[in-house]
Amino acid sequence: MPDKYHIKAAATPGRFRRVGKFGSVDWREDCSRCTNCVKPRCIYDTYKKETAYNRDPSTSVVPLYECRGCLSCVQGCTKGLLGIALNPEYLSLGDAYWKPEILATTWNQADSGRIPVSGAGYRGRFHGSGFDSIWTDMSEIVRPTRDGIHGREYISTSVDIGHKPMRLSFTADGNLVGEPSALIDLPIPLILDVPPWTIGANGLGKARLAAAKALKTLSVVPAAEVAGAPADQLPYLVPMIGSEGLGTAEMILRQVRMAEFIDGSKVLEVIGQAKSVHPGLICALRLPMQATSADRILAASKAGVKVFHLWADLHGQEIGAEKPRHIKDVLREIHTRLVKEGMRDEVTLIVSGGIALAEHMAKAIICGADLVAVETSLLVALGCRVCRGVTGKTHEDHCAAEAGDLDPVYAAQRMVNLMSAWHSQLIEVLGAMGIREVRRLRGEVGRAIFKEDIEREAFGDLACK
Amino acid sequence: MSAGGEPQTTVERTVRPMPDRYRNALGKYKVNRSADCASCGDCVKLCPEGVHVKPDGYTFSLRPRDHLCLGPECAKTDHYCVAKCTKKALSMARNPTVDAMGDARWTSDLILSTWHMAETGHAPKAGLEHRTGESGGGFDRLGFNFPDRPAKVDPDKVDTGLDLNRRGDGRPQVHIDLPVYGGGMSFGSVSIHTIVGKARAAAAWNIFTCTGEGGYHDRLKPYDDHVITQVATGLFGVREDTLQRVRIVEFKYAQGAKPGLGGHLLGDKNTPAVARMREAVAGNALFSPFPFHSVYSVEDHKKHLDWIKEVNPRTLVSVKVSTPTDVDMVAVGSYYAGAHIIHLDGSYGGTGAAPDIAKKNIAMPLEYAIAKVHKFLVAEGIRDSVTLIVSGGVRTAWDVMKSIALGADGVVIGTAEMVALGCVRCACCESGRGCPRGIASTDPELMMLMSLDWATQRLINLMSAWREQMVEILVKLGIPSTRELRGRSDVLYYTKEAV
Repeated sequence: MPDKYHIKAAATPGRFRRVGKFGSVDWREDCSRCTNCVKPRCIYDTYKKETAYNRDPSTSVVPLYECRGCLSCVQGCTKGLLGIALNPEYLSLGDAYWKPEILATTWNQADSGRIPVSGAGYRGRFHGSGFDSIWTDMSEIVRPTRDGIHGREYISTSVDIGHKPMRLSFTADGNLVGEPSALIDLPIPLILDVPPWTIGANGLGKARLAAAKALKTLSVVPAAEVAGAPADQLPYLVPMIGSEGLGTAEMILRQVRMAEFIDGSKVLEVIGQAKSVHPGLICALRLPMQATSADRILAASKAGVKVFHLWADLHGQEIGAEKPRHIKDVLREIHTRLVKEGMRDEVTLIVSGGIALAEHMAKAIICGADLVAVETSLLVALGCRVCRGVTGKTHEDHCAAEAGDLDPVYAAQRMVNLMSAWHSQLIEVLGAMGIREVRRLRGEVGRAIFKEDIEREAFGDLACK
Repeated sequence: MSAGGEPQTTVERTVRPMPDRYRNALGKYKVNRSADCASCGDCVKLCPEGVHVKPDGYTFSLRPRDHLCLGPECAKTDHYCVAKCTKKALSMARNPTVDAMGDARWTSDLILSTWHMAETGHAPKAGLEHRTGESGGGFDRLGFNFPDRPAKVDPDKVDTGLDLNRRGDGRPQVHIDLPVYGGGMSFGSVSIHTIVGKARAAAAWNIFTCTGEGGYHDRLKPYDDHVITQVATGLFGVREDTLQRVRIVEFKYAQGAKPGLGGHLLGDKNTPAVARMREAVAGNALFSPFPFHSVYSVEDHKKHLDWIKEVNPRTLVSVKVSTPTDVDMVAVGSYYAGAHIIHLDGSYGGTGAAPDIAKKNIAMPLEYAIAKVHKFLVAEGIRDSVTLIVSGGVRTAWDVMKSIALGADGVVIGTAEMVALGCVRCACCESGRGCPRGIASTDPELMMLMSLDWATQRLINLMSAWREQMVEILVKLGIPSTRELRGRSDVLYYTKEAV
């Protein structure tokens, strides 16, 4: 049996200031200093930690706002002097898509690499738009494998990037026509991508590349920034090359396995040049998600490009459209078109933009992607609040993630932790569905529940208001 | 005597006021009395809700019991203390702490109104939304189309009973007085006071509670006739004698909050007492693997049910499943395997611990599944031969009635009971010593935060308040029984989202 894919998560507390959901409101002047004080009885020691912090504010991690909101102290205080309030700073984190809950859970996952587990039931909205209008299926009796406690220890999360020809052709004397197909086998259906906005972080690229190596996946790096990458990390590096030509990237192309080429009128020529430099290179076309994406992918695929990296905006929406569609809808369109053309299995579809949670990865794959590229979440793992440079949204007048002087080892481990948690969650989803490899999840819309469909089926006969 | 030979204890079905067990009951509004108060006591006489209290012989009034305050609605009445106070010493405002509790599914209003019902046995009069949450879908978008002139129904004669054996297979009939019973919660995930409190309330209302997958605690024996024992994949604490003492055995295939993932009792909660009952080693995390390793088909499933029926010839068999896309086929399969009760557990239900990704994303919400399964069973011509019980997101009496109108025979509740016992849904059931409020914890100190009598009475009161609301809904619809409401989706309307 091959080695099991294992991500080495290690507890790595964040070095940024946490923003908690609750703050306690304490009406101290009325306190009678009674012997029945509820503060020492807090089972999470919130008040003790706050007191310790107040005595020594130089402690590395601020323990404020660690309250879990159980309200035991509020209801137990002899004189009723305590209250709990929602922290307005918490509520102002992120934006309508990158909600405070997403940031908080990402921070927690990057801390430990563990799956977020909690008690009580689901607490959110019934459904939402985009990925929040999809539920994944489960199977009552099918278990994907017979190994391990849960029967899901050997679920495969491997995907291939590259050209997968439907059949091989041979000459009359038995020789293969054309070059053998090169494939990159990734053990996890995600790659690490460049941040969607410019941030002045020196160590970020290094950290991403180190994380990619640890995860045995790939990291996309702009061609201008590839110089100086350690030789042992080059197999995990994907230079992103503009349409102006190979330029200085030519040297590095010989040493990497894959490159991304930004779509443009001359991109096929540039890809041709790259292939002549490194014939085994996997060349991906990087293109924005637009109304014409499906046409473009079909045309490029017929012209020989077999790997596509489709990027949407930060919120998973089409770029530049008046009424942008969400990537779930665009992916379903592209996937279906490729299936109809009989080309789906030949090409690899990578999608990025708006992949904020592990469930988004699973759902993007269900809608038709082979794998996803993660960018913003990697920043969030480092403390980013998705303010995108709008400093007014941060507490201090500088980046909350302190991306300017990043320690690459620390940053890489937090990225690895986050991806470890995502990987485990993907396995949970696959295990529940009774699917034993993520390749089979691609385009499996029959194993998902789409809100529009189920609502029509269940409530279609009800009177409406 | 139960079938297990145990003398059965009866519990009186009487509503008694049972105030919050914490010193400061939480209310939606805060009433403040300033130092200008002259302690005249007028407010005490004025407020019919009992917010102001000044016991005989006291010079000053007590701190206002502001959780009873009706809020701004009271300003329309002639007993609005803030306006009537001659010294202008009283003020009323929304309690900011309330904003920090609850969520979209269980709003602070729903939590506080459930507390009110558990305290008083009646629905709140005003100021609290006790019917729906703010999740923006499912039950929260469904409403009743009450006719202008409903058929006359005598509230005293409304029938909320339900017969659970519809197979006509010669096994005993089991009748419950409410179309509601308590969901499975294992010893280990919740405290013994919670478990026995639930069982006592079930005995009082002639309904059921369920052991969950943690074995059959000896203290449940006096209530055998109102206990469902669960057989789940870990088979923790399942023995022939436990199966033989009950009237219903439940097979748990999956749990709505973590469908397809099995169970997981964290090591911290596996105390020596828990471990003894589960026949396991204390301190170790205990897994219930998913799924039953011996079931890969309807035939295998039938073999399981036949096993139970053989062990206990008088028991009914319930099959608890989650809500996959083919939930309708699963229900039909369970029927043909011999189930008396098909129990659908929707994805938004409660749990002691589950991965967040599972709670939100895996399997469909209950509301869809009820309609889907009911229609399919009707089309298959077997709807009246099986009892459809649903759970997983049923929060209020209104949700119960909507479920029944969509096609369920009855519902199972879990979180609503926990809230009645004081849960604020802080979601910390799984961590460390468990529930900080002593409900879902086996920690010896924390579990003593709640007494058995208090828990019992709170649950009896809640059921009483729910029944009152069920009767009220049926009277307004002109339908004399919950049985006749089943599948009457014509009395429902759905509020579509604005495009």
